Amino acid sequence: MTSLQNVNPRVRRIRVSPHTGLQSLAEHITQEIAQGVQKPFKEVIDVSSGDPHKAGMKPISFVRQVLAVCLHPELLMNKTLPLEVRLRAQRLLEVCDGESVGSYTNSSGLPHVKQSIAEFIMRRDVGVPSYAKDIFISAGSQRALVLIVKLLASGQGETWTGVLTPMPCPYTLPTLLDEAGVTLVPYQLMEEQGWAVDLDELHRALKTAQGRCSPKAIYISNPGNPTGHVQDWKSIEEVIQFAAAERLLLLVDEVYQDSVYGKGRDFISYKRVLSEMGKEYSETVELVSLHSISSALMGECGLRAGYMELLNMDPEVMHLVDTMLCTDISTPVTGQLALDLMVNPPKPGDSSYDTYTQEIVFTRTTLSQNAQRAQEFLNDLPGMSSQPAMGGIYLFPRLDVPSKFLEQAKILEVEADVLYCQMLLEEEGVFLGAGSQYGETAGNHHLRLCILVPPDTLEQVLPRLASFHLRLVDTNLHPDKSAGMREIL
Amino acid sequence: MGQQPITFLRQVVALCCYPQLLESPSFPEDAKQRAQRILQDCGGQSLGSYSASQGVECIRQHVADYITQRDQGVPSDWNNIYLTTGASDGIMSILKLLVSGQDTCRTGVMIPIPQYPLYSAAISELEAVHINYYLDEDNCWALDIEELQRAYLTAKQHCQPRVLCIINPGNPTGQVQSKKCIEEVLHFAYEENMFVMADEVYQDNVYSSDCQFHSFKKVLYEMGPEYFNNVELVSFHSTSKGYTGECGFRGGYMEVLNMDPQVKVQLIKLLSVRLCPPVAGQAAMDVIVNPPKEHEPSYAQFTKEKSSVLDVLAHKARLTERILNSVPGIKCNPVQGAMYAFPRIFIPPRAIQEAQARSMAPDMLYCLKLLEETGICVVPGSGFGQREGTYHFRMTVLPSPEKLKVLLGKLKDFHLCFLEEYSQEEPQLSRSSQHQHRENSKPDA
Repeated sequence: MTSLQNVNPRVRRIRVSPHTGLQSLAEHITQEIAQGVQKPFKEVIDVSSGDPHKAGMKPISFVRQVLAVCLHPELLMNKTLPLEVRLRAQRLLEVCDGESVGSYTNSSGLPHVKQSIAEFIMRRDVGVPSYAKDIFISAGSQRALVLIVKLLASGQGETWTGVLTPMPCPYTLPTLLDEAGVTLVPYQLMEEQGWAVDLDELHRALKTAQGRCSPKAIYISNPGNPTGHVQDWKSIEEVIQFAAAERLLLLVDEVYQDSVYGKGRDFISYKRVLSEMGKEYSETVELVSLHSISSALMGECGLRAGYMELLNMDPEVMHLVDTMLCTDISTPVTGQLALDLMVNPPKPGDSSYDTYTQEIVFTRTTLSQNAQRAQEFLNDLPGMSSQPAMGGIYLFPRLDVPSKFLEQAKILEVEADVLYCQMLLEEEGVFLGAGSQYGETAGNHHLRLCILVPPDTLEQVLPRLASFHLRLVDTNLHPDKSAGMREIL
Repeated sequence: MGQQPITFLRQVVALCCYPQLLESPSFPEDAKQRAQRILQDCGGQSLGSYSASQGVECIRQHVADYITQRDQGVPSDWNNIYLTTGASDGIMSILKLLVSGQDTCRTGVMIPIPQYPLYSAAISELEAVHINYYLDEDNCWALDIEELQRAYLTAKQHCQPRVLCIINPGNPTGQVQSKKCIEEVLHFAYEENMFVMADEVYQDNVYSSDCQFHSFKKVLYEMGPEYFNNVELVSFHSTSKGYTGECGFRGGYMEVLNMDPQVKVQLIKLLSVRLCPPVAGQAAMDVIVNPPKEHEPSYAQFTKEKSSVLDVLAHKARLTERILNSVPGIKCNPVQGAMYAFPRIFIPPRAIQEAQARSMAPDMLYCLKLLEETGICVVPGSGFGQREGTYHFRMTVLPSPEKLKVLLGKLKDFHLCFLEEYSQEEPQLSRSSQHQHRENSKPDA
């Protein structure tokens, strides 16, 4: 019988995310409610993860209509669906093999969709050229990322590949790096400066890697996940210069590029900045840019599609990327078509344009209004402080807990913010993400709150959170309560 | 390849995708019901939410019900069901989980030759050890237990054989294992503590009336509790084959039996790194395991479409086999199942020499020439593995019967020319340069 010691050591080394424990607890409580157990709340509200549809946000009608017609082409004749929708579906079916979404596609994606993406990037970056051959579609941007990191993974001991990783980072990133078999080299983002990137800190982090591993890449997300920081031109330039000087591959996650709401801030792509930096950079720095349909406006996490654009990559490596994608034939056609619809939305004059625009505006407004509301609310709570977020779909407030609570957490051998989230779930049925799962942030504790939720949901979450928080700050923790908590874990 | 999708499946997924269509009179009630049930278990009732890494709960339950029914009552626990991104994803994950050890203790993975190259690619990527066991071409590609044992014993000297992969019905061979053969394999696995991976994606594609699909799980069950409770077995299925052919959905599942609980924890952890399989694909899988029942409105049309696809496939399989066997120098085993013909081709020594001179496998040379001269694209046997000194190619039997006849006719002509071209004793110029030579040697007018 296969036992634990026969399991691939690389799999064993994949760290267990504290999110898993919290998720199980949330599920457990939901089951209890379904079984009729009395709780001080009717249901668990999950605002920990970036899953807008789960939270109640609606998909873009145009996208779902077109996909439905592509799935069931009999609907091409259905006059209750807008003409635009049916015409678009027909065009998309024509680019699918056998005019069916059930056919295999090229391993790097449908050529038509890759071309659409290239054109979108060119428009977005004000004319900087983009080519379909440099675009690789995958089942979610994570799949693309893991592929590149796996290609980078090499060496032994000291020369083992390291990847500079921001703290905090997306909660899925550390496990992904573990799976790919590379070493995570953390660099702290500067909380007091709105979670900005600091060059000195990058250099310091690089130094810590000496003798431990050989950093080959630097990962960064912009807008920041979970911080909400949006980099300005200068900041992006600095990071590129650093990557160039240290010969690091740039892994840039730009999934939330469609959700910048901060005043006076715009999304600027790394590619655009790079293109204006002079040949010694623009023709040498290796850049991998990632995007996906799990974005703020689309929220189509379950459809699983994303892409990466590779710049200045050795053609032989690009060939390898293509080969590796062949063993991972994994991007569903419906997801690929959704990508096309994302980069090619209805235009002014199209019959679907008005509805589309309304829906987009609603989502954007919800996001920025929620951000402001939540930020103000949280900053009013003692021991809670939130940096102003400018984009992305989360707030990442710092949690200053009473020392007694810290002690309790120590005794229970959990991080204080994880304990906080556990108790919040138990007492108020609110599920937030714990900051420590995103990597150590200079000994502080944080919470992750997804703000891309219907406003009503936020209005339920905030008072419950406040109620719990104020109780915690005012009172001591009861020993019997913590014992009960341990049992559940 | 021109095969039509199953209407019911597309209706259900379209309804899941755009639930406003639930109000439409143009969709049957049973399709609406399925869609509603699926959406109920999706976050925010949307295909756009992440599902749990193991998949949407009700779909996993339906898969378990399907398996129980298929195996005539052998119980299936939905907790052992994992939905995957196509079967390939499940296969890769299990292989990744099981590769460990160094040098002579490194995990060895037994794969049939010929095989579907995902396995050899995965083994290479994971740096596990290939252990090839040859299927018996003279015996309709049957699995010979002695060959399995031979391969095992030889491999034991330089690695630790741990995993045994079987494809049934076979790809590219199409052979359907007999129940007795499956029993022997499972007995072997029991004796040698092997982890069995049963790739059963073609379970709905059996054409020969002498053959029947037996699931590894059912056979294991019938061997008694000592086997059923101990042999580690993972069985794979997919939306890409069968009678639905929904390759682009990336849907699949695996059922995991007798896995150590601690190993299972590691598997779940590994799967969660990928977040979840595409939810539209999961929905497609649901329809396959939960098709219309006799009393439901869509039953008649569904059954008609399904039979039509399978009957035509069976017809095409027989047609292909017959025509290929009518060509001197080509021998094709009966296509008992799956979707391919894998004929053996005779390649003259001179062609082999030319291939060697051009640093390519002889059957690759054959396939390249076939492509250049007829536009027909097939895959050389060297891509799947074959016994030394034998050559094959794999073609699908998916084109329409009319197209198949045309294409096989061209293939026949090509093959005869190929044999002629390379069969002569003296060094021959190629046909085009022969023509040139004749032109040049014409006397001036």
